[in-house]
Amino acid sequence: MNNKNVISRNTKLEDNNYKWGFDFNFNPDNAPKGLSEDIVKLISKKKNEPKWLLDWRLKSLNLWFKNEDNEPEWANIKFPKIDFQDIRYYSSPTNKPNPKSLDEVDPEMLKAFSKLGIPLEEQKKLSGVAVDAIMDSVSVATTYQKQLEDAGVIFCPISEAVQKYPELVQKYLGSVVPYSDNFYATLNSAVFTDGSFIYVPPGVRCPVELMTYFRINELDTGQFERTLIIADKGSYVSYLEGCTAPFRKTNQLHAAVVELIALEDAEIKYSTLQNWFPGDKNGIGGVYNFVTKRGKCAGKNSKISWTQVETGSAITWKYPSVILQGDNSIGEFYSVALVNNFQQADTGTKMIHIGKNTKSTIIAKGISAGKANSTYRGMVKILPSAKNARNFTQCDSLLIGDKCGAHTIPYIEVKNPTAQLEHEATTSKVSDNQLFYTQQRGISLEDANYMIVNGFCKGIFKELPFEFAIEASQLLRVSLEGAVG
Amino acid sequence: MTNNKIILEIKNLNASVANTQILKDFNLTINMGEKHTLMGPNGSGKSTLANILAGNPEYIVDSGEINFLGQTLLDKAPEIRACLGLFLAFQYPVELPGVRMWQFLKSSLDSQREYNGKDPLSTKDFDSILNECAEKVDISQDFLKRNVNEGFSGGEKKRNEILQLTLINPKLAILDETDSGLDIDALKIVSNGIENFSSPNNSVLLVTHYQRILNYVKPDYVHVMIDGKIVKSGDKSLALELEKKGYDWLSKK
Ligand SMILES: Nc1ncnc2c1ncn2[C@@H]1O[C@H](COP(=O)(O)OP(=O)(O)O)[C@@H](O)[C@H]1O
Ligand SMILES: [Mg+2]
Repeated sequence: MNNKNVISRNTKLEDNNYKWGFDFNFNPDNAPKGLSEDIVKLISKKKNEPKWLLDWRLKSLNLWFKNEDNEPEWANIKFPKIDFQDIRYYSSPTNKPNPKSLDEVDPEMLKAFSKLGIPLEEQKKLSGVAVDAIMDSVSVATTYQKQLEDAGVIFCPISEAVQKYPELVQKYLGSVVPYSDNFYATLNSAVFTDGSFIYVPPGVRCPVELMTYFRINELDTGQFERTLIIADKGSYVSYLEGCTAPFRKTNQLHAAVVELIALEDAEIKYSTLQNWFPGDKNGIGGVYNFVTKRGKCAGKNSKISWTQVETGSAITWKYPSVILQGDNSIGEFYSVALVNNFQQADTGTKMIHIGKNTKSTIIAKGISAGKANSTYRGMVKILPSAKNARNFTQCDSLLIGDKCGAHTIPYIEVKNPTAQLEHEATTSKVSDNQLFYTQQRGISLEDANYMIVNGFCKGIFKELPFEFAIEASQLLRVSLEGAVG
Repeated sequence: MTNNKIILEIKNLNASVANTQILKDFNLTINMGEKHTLMGPNGSGKSTLANILAGNPEYIVDSGEINFLGQTLLDKAPEIRACLGLFLAFQYPVELPGVRMWQFLKSSLDSQREYNGKDPLSTKDFDSILNECAEKVDISQDFLKRNVNEGFSGGEKKRNEILQLTLINPKLAILDETDSGLDIDALKIVSNGIENFSSPNNSVLLVTHYQRILNYVKPDYVHVMIDGKIVKSGDKSLALELEKKGYDWLSKK
């Protein structure tokens, strides 16, 4: 693989550590701000959607309006009330969305993604990684189409899947995260614009890593993508997701829904590097990342693993979860969440054991620096049917400095006496002795700190595809700038 | 084996930690090529001196001078002092969970090379140097795959300090009780490491409690430190005298 620069784009933004903050000047096709039936109809029309989908959107919208005043407040995060009428729900940076081939992609757009380190042109594309690049509300290019077609793998924007594979979409959309699931999932169901769709046919091992690259560019635009991944019997797919946003003084809302379905003997590996703009040193601006991610191990012997490295966003609120329905199915969650300056994160996972002999592993590493706060919130639920279920949970927190905080909130619910659960939790500090020892060997304070934090995260990085692990560790370095000294 | 080039000069140094003065008008000069031994009872301030020299920010210099190879150290960060050629083998080496030995040692060497205007070593060149050094101090390949000091025995930690000394090859090596808690075999390895390192182009300040290591490492000078200052200096025979008589006869003077 040759995607060394997937996330570490080299463009420097002055006065800020965030290196992906430049924005592009396109002539966007914007819907007016605000949320209404008309807007939902407009989105649906732009995408030429069938009636069942529009109806589903409207059903979601009505439910959302009913619950509008019941924004969830249980998470350990603080932010001013969001004015949902002040957000733009549709923005297309190009007037030629969903190109049939790369020749149809706006050359300006190719340049823009190349600047972000994601070359999409045939001769320059990342080797071994098929990329679907999404800017604001629209998918602009998908590489490696031919190889994927040969393998029978479908990897395309969800709006295209709605046109081409309506039965698959209709069957699975909302089957893991119903439209009524939670406040933000309901909102997403009403206004989702784009996102990736993947279907891997029975017995196929997807020949390349599949990657979606998300970017919010337009001012005051929310990003509401919807990702749906289906691994049919005995198939395997590894999917990577990378995200950035420009430097903005106002907060941008990102409320995605991701649904994964693994049928019998299938495996889905889902990796995220989340690097949305975290806000500046004083806590101004940044992305609100309120995301619902859930996988269902629907068939027996299936496996879903979530690996995430989260360094961005002003506020993160997300709990990638696995429903272990098939017997012998496996759910895994590996996470590094780093918060610095004024960032807040309330993140964790849910493992719901339904089938027999189901197994889950949770390893969560939280790093807090500056005045930031992070909370790990995890739920392990063993239903009466889940005979011989097992869970192992390990939550480690690392503090840098003495103004930050880390909290661990585990919920455990066991309804079957044969279950075996193990839980370990530690909190440690990057000690002055560790820093001094490392500095005494000629290594600068910042590098010493980075080295120690990197050591703390090692167990998670090894779960990422190799090149992505290098990216993750570079991302960590950038996010730690100014954390010590 | 001394020449007259001064490597370290400490003048009238007063220093404190946790608001208590520990070093009191401390003076010491070390020339290039010399080996000095600093002895003294527990709590006399030996480690404080070592930490002050290496720039540990917990320890505060109240007054005095420290010159190293002709420039002051007082305004320099710990990593700069290291890059200038000052090495401290810690009395209590620190564990770095998850940080691989290999990565730590390579970063250390590359960073010092960069400061001194040299290119980083290729992985291949580094490996061959590292293996050579590891062999000298009887450290196995498995050991190099572990995390820095994590789960090491006391003796392993001390040997690791000597490995780093050998690899980094500094101008001045300050060894803070690197000999304590070692069995006789480990003591020989550590002493050998120090003797192999020592040359006319570098110097050693060996901090110890015990005369025992002086059977292997031959110092040019022995100093006795009590209550924050040097009360007596001499040659190796002073160490033997201390072994017989203890420190009381010096402090009661
Ligand atoms: N980090 C520290 N914090 C508080 N007191 C210290 C610290 N380091 C040393 N001291 C005190 O300074 C004095 C000298 O200690 P030290 O330099 O370690 O002596 P030695 O190495 O000769 O045994 C002792 O009283 C010790 O308690
Ligand atoms: Mg000591």
